[in-house]
Amino acid sequence: MVESLPLEPVEHPWATIVVLLAAAFVFGAVPLSLAWVWARVFSPAKPGVQKNATYECGLEAKGDAWVQLNVSYYLYAIVFLIFDVEAVFLLPFAAAFSGLSLAACLAMLVFLLLLVEGLVWACQKGVLTWG
Amino acid sequence: MDQDLKTELSKHGIFATTFEELYNWGRKNSVWPLTFGLACCAIEMIATTMARYDLARFGAEVFRPSPRQADLMIVSGTVTKKMAPQVVRLYNQMPEPKYVIAMGACAISGGPFRDGYNVLKGIDRFIPVDVHIPGCPPRPEALIHAFMTLQDQISAQHLTGEARPRHLKQELPSEFPVPEFGEHGLEPSQNDDVFRNPLKVLQG
Repeated sequence: MVESLPLEPVEHPWATIVVLLAAAFVFGAVPLSLAWVWARVFSPAKPGVQKNATYECGLEAKGDAWVQLNVSYYLYAIVFLIFDVEAVFLLPFAAAFSGLSLAACLAMLVFLLLLVEGLVWACQKGVLTWG
Repeated sequence: MDQDLKTELSKHGIFATTFEELYNWGRKNSVWPLTFGLACCAIEMIATTMARYDLARFGAEVFRPSPRQADLMIVSGTVTKKMAPQVVRLYNQMPEPKYVIAMGACAISGGPFRDGYNVLKGIDRFIPVDVHIPGCPPRPEALIHAFMTLQDQISAQHLTGEARPRHLKQELPSEFPVPEFGEHGLEPSQNDDVFRNPLKVLQG
């Protein structure tokens, strides 16, 4: 008599993943749904015009958000570029100076020249004088 | 649940509670005040939150800069008539359930500036106040006491029945009318649904 081997239940290779996915979903969904039910029963929403307002510092919003700024602020923009953005680029330029190729060095010098030109222009315009 | 039965059970190592108690216990220990200082009382309020007095022990250290996230408004200081509409609007923007502590003589009644033409004679003219603290300014201990009083009030609230808090009564409006800053002060000068005039109460 041939002894038959007991049949092992064949498990699909993805079964564990599916179980874990389901568990992960339940783990997230149960607290969320509990919170939703709790909120519905014990803290019913009471919306209102002021409560739903966009602005929340006590004052009423008025006017348009698309405010036009005075065109003369372009001077600030230029001076900001010269003194702030230039400094940001100068630092890595100085740090990597010895390893730079000639082309990169020239490109950087052109960039500097452009900004220095702006500085000279602003100086002539009288932006940097007090009063 | 009967209190005696509860004590008896706790002697045998059984802790019994109700949903309501559990809920209120959670609520009273997580009250987030609004970052909202009006005058000198605010300095005492700041001191209360710092290490020496440490309001964080009561779960209220998270002062929220937005009314959307706050449960408690501590009206700390003189409310001028120009500021009153903003105070009421901020209160309206807070989510329910919300509470108000009127801190100091000014917030209660106008205090030493009561006779000023521009001073609101107590914030309870426009919004419901849960706890009043006298003092000019009240010390941090007084604010902590007021906060503990508020915690007691919260834990005594019932979630069902006629005595349930305001936020569970669906028919009550969510917002209080904001006064206008008119030519001769605030219009209206008080909200009669909220304010109980002491003179009228005395006269019956």
